[in-house]
Amino acid sequence: MSTTASSSRATGNSSGPSSARSIHDAVIRLAGDSQDGIQTIGGFLARLAGRSDQEVMTYMTIPSTISGGPSIFQVRMGTGDILTAGDQTDLLVAFYQHSYESHVESLRPGGVLIYDSDHVKPDPEDKRFTAIGVPITSRTVESVGGATKGKGKNIFVLGLLGRIFDLDVAKLTTLIQERFGGRSEDIVRNAMLAFDSGYAYPADNIRDCFFRFDAKAQEASSGRPQVTMDGNLALTYGLIAAGVRYGAGYPITPWSSIMETLRSELPKYGGIFVQAEDELGAIAYALGFSYAGHLAVTGSSGPGLSLKMEALGWASMSEIPLLVINVQRGGPSTGLPTNVEQSDLMQAIYGSHGDAPRVVLAPKNVEDCFHVAIEAGRIAREYSTPVIILSDQVLATRIEAFDEPDLKAMMADPKPDLSDRGPEFKPFPLDRITRHAPPGSRMLGGHYPTVTGLEHDENGHPAAGPEMHVKMTAKRRDKIKAVAAALPPTTVHGDPEGDVLLVGWGSTWGSIREAANRLRADGRKVGQVHIRSLNPLPNDLEPIFRRYRQVLVAELNDEGLYGFGQLATLLRARWALPSIRSITKTDGLTFRVGEIVDGVTASLARNGNS
Amino acid sequence: MVSASSEIPSAPAQDRLPITRKSITGDHPTWCPGCGDFAVLAVFYKVLEKLQYPHESIVTMAGIGCSSRFPYFVNTHGGHYIHGRSLPFSAAISLGRDDLHVFAFGGDGDGFSIGGNHLVHTARKNPRMTYVIMDNSVYGLTKKQTSPTSPLGFKSKTDPTGAIDQPINPMGTLVNSGATFIARSHATQINHMAQMMERAARHDGFSVVEILSECVEFFPGAFDAGNPRKGGAFSIIEERKNDGTPEDEQRHDTSDARAAYRLASLPWPGAFGVFYESHRPTKNQLEGNLISAARQKVAGKSDLQILQSSFAKLR
Repeated sequence: MSTTASSSRATGNSSGPSSARSIHDAVIRLAGDSQDGIQTIGGFLARLAGRSDQEVMTYMTIPSTISGGPSIFQVRMGTGDILTAGDQTDLLVAFYQHSYESHVESLRPGGVLIYDSDHVKPDPEDKRFTAIGVPITSRTVESVGGATKGKGKNIFVLGLLGRIFDLDVAKLTTLIQERFGGRSEDIVRNAMLAFDSGYAYPADNIRDCFFRFDAKAQEASSGRPQVTMDGNLALTYGLIAAGVRYGAGYPITPWSSIMETLRSELPKYGGIFVQAEDELGAIAYALGFSYAGHLAVTGSSGPGLSLKMEALGWASMSEIPLLVINVQRGGPSTGLPTNVEQSDLMQAIYGSHGDAPRVVLAPKNVEDCFHVAIEAGRIAREYSTPVIILSDQVLATRIEAFDEPDLKAMMADPKPDLSDRGPEFKPFPLDRITRHAPPGSRMLGGHYPTVTGLEHDENGHPAAGPEMHVKMTAKRRDKIKAVAAALPPTTVHGDPEGDVLLVGWGSTWGSIREAANRLRADGRKVGQVHIRSLNPLPNDLEPIFRRYRQVLVAELNDEGLYGFGQLATLLRARWALPSIRSITKTDGLTFRVGEIVDGVTASLARNGNS
Repeated sequence: MVSASSEIPSAPAQDRLPITRKSITGDHPTWCPGCGDFAVLAVFYKVLEKLQYPHESIVTMAGIGCSSRFPYFVNTHGGHYIHGRSLPFSAAISLGRDDLHVFAFGGDGDGFSIGGNHLVHTARKNPRMTYVIMDNSVYGLTKKQTSPTSPLGFKSKTDPTGAIDQPINPMGTLVNSGATFIARSHATQINHMAQMMERAARHDGFSVVEILSECVEFFPGAFDAGNPRKGGAFSIIEERKNDGTPEDEQRHDTSDARAAYRLASLPWPGAFGVFYESHRPTKNQLEGNLISAARQKVAGKSDLQILQSSFAKLR
């Protein structure tokens, strides 16, 4: 992605609703029920944008009910920097009355509402939007036949959107055939009928009162092909590139799709992914694979990570490399299984009993999900340590387009190191970083190591004496500090000094960046730092923090008993700077740009403006 | 079978030393004098000497408890994992590395209480490995609390007036869960233990040997009823020989799970020997089949090329 350049809408200079114009991006929200295939069209639009070298960012909610219930998919696509899925929508497609009622407020003034006139009666007094009724259900039934009972409405709408936005029909047709081609010919034919019917719908009036993609802005921006996928898939492929061939898990939303993909992908690479009997069994399998010499992965979402905590302590103690994915959701307990929260940070860093240091990394967007997995694999091997990757529900389900990574340069060797160990080999040396010797490697000195969760001496023998515990605790702590010393320098986006430094971690990167850009456009001096390594923290943050009057940490968790979110608490503990404050929220939704802007404005007003 | 592990080269055979009792003896055991576990350890040495696996290919795993200290006392690659969860850990070693011989050790609390779920599911999955349970019917490391195999009425620190919870039936649980080799022995019966452990080690699948191993400190005399020297009866299961004789009909058919369950239901001290033995495919084999099928579809492609083609589909 290139730098800065906020979209025209972001800076608020939108033109009148009825004038024909080209815009650089469009936010489309599809609202219906989960069985309507809303995700399918959303996915098509995202893939189309990806294939057209347009940036794309999506946002999806799926109800946690088994089947049915309201569902939305939001796609923002266009060129330039697409950092968030958009605070407001330009076009809303409402399939039902409840869809209309729940989502009409998301439309920007002057936006377009398309509603299924077979199901929806919009408020005739509401003149804020251009409302257009389309008999989506009856037209679909007309084109496909009654036997399908309204199935195919989603594809009809796709055709309609294709007409309105002047999308590439040939590409859309290819996507439909790819998607349905593996099944019966009837399905492909019905889908095409529905698509054609939607495309043929007399929608020119909508098009004229509206907008189409700027053909010039659609030109390719980079040499590499673009790929389109969600964060869970990017993370999964990142694990494979990192050399992970073995793993184990237990189903839980929103982690499950990672384990499903690994279960079918790893055998192609000669590997195994085990569906374990429970979360404790899952991490035990993963540790067993790692002990056997493979870099293994396990993962879960919040409650499942809690169940793995005892074993995670063992991994710290026995210094076994391990990757643990936590796709965070709203907590505590079963909480909000299909919503987002960044409330597992403390659990990830400090969970388990005793002093059990480990590495915790968080990807900032879908593309980074791929790269963070590779980085985590490298650190786990080099420092013989568990590494937790904190993703979240938003990243898991968000589809983004990004430049295809240079896979050839990134593939790690998955082979276990079974070389002979000489007589000088110690499983837990005090003067260097542990190198695990998997079974199968011969011990030329004749002594074979026991890898253990008991405090031990350098040779792995139980050693409960005070001196050894002090030394070994320091050994385990110092190697994580060594990870910090090797981190790349922290980069600051925006102003290098001034009013406010916005600090964040994980999936909120785009919202925070867009907020920083908006504030700067309004004349504030604002910088942004996004922290990828949360444990250990980078060592170079203090001088950066000191260059701003306020350091505002935006995160999706509670302000807690003392008024600070989880990362803010850690940053204050580390640097004890009173300028560090929090912007937090707990509504289960990701930050809208406006919320961060408002939070900054309020904090400046409250805590002394410049 | 085809798996990633088949690509792992094993050490050249010519410079390999034979397994001797000395070469596999680890730390001196921390068990109390008179503990039944000493005999189990001695028998394990004996079985390893007989089997002569490559030294570096033997893995000794355990959970937590007195008996779970086992790996320290055996000089092989080993691990001392957390309480109750050595089975999924050990199963992964076996699945990830076909070249290894994996043995897990533990007690009744580790196996039947905190690890009960793992026992059931490991039996169901049938990985190629051996599990030896040293059942002393009491929590020894924590100094005399009721265990899942403590008999009704057993007085412990957690049941000062006597245990009231029905004890688990180890053999019955294992038969129901699908373990493919299930045997029971007594720590005072050295030769029998050695036979059971050797057969378990040679079994292709999840093999379990439960050994009644007395805790002299907290439950002395617990297994006297199975020890002839203490006036008990060590009744060995006579296995069917399929020799066509009429008396063979009376012998136990080890492939018959119902018959095994009936044996498991005998009154205390019950029977000793092989309760059940069958040969359904191991998880190692079944996962190997999945790998073979998947590899066939990507024949000739490198890992890089497989990943590249996945990305190409997402363009």
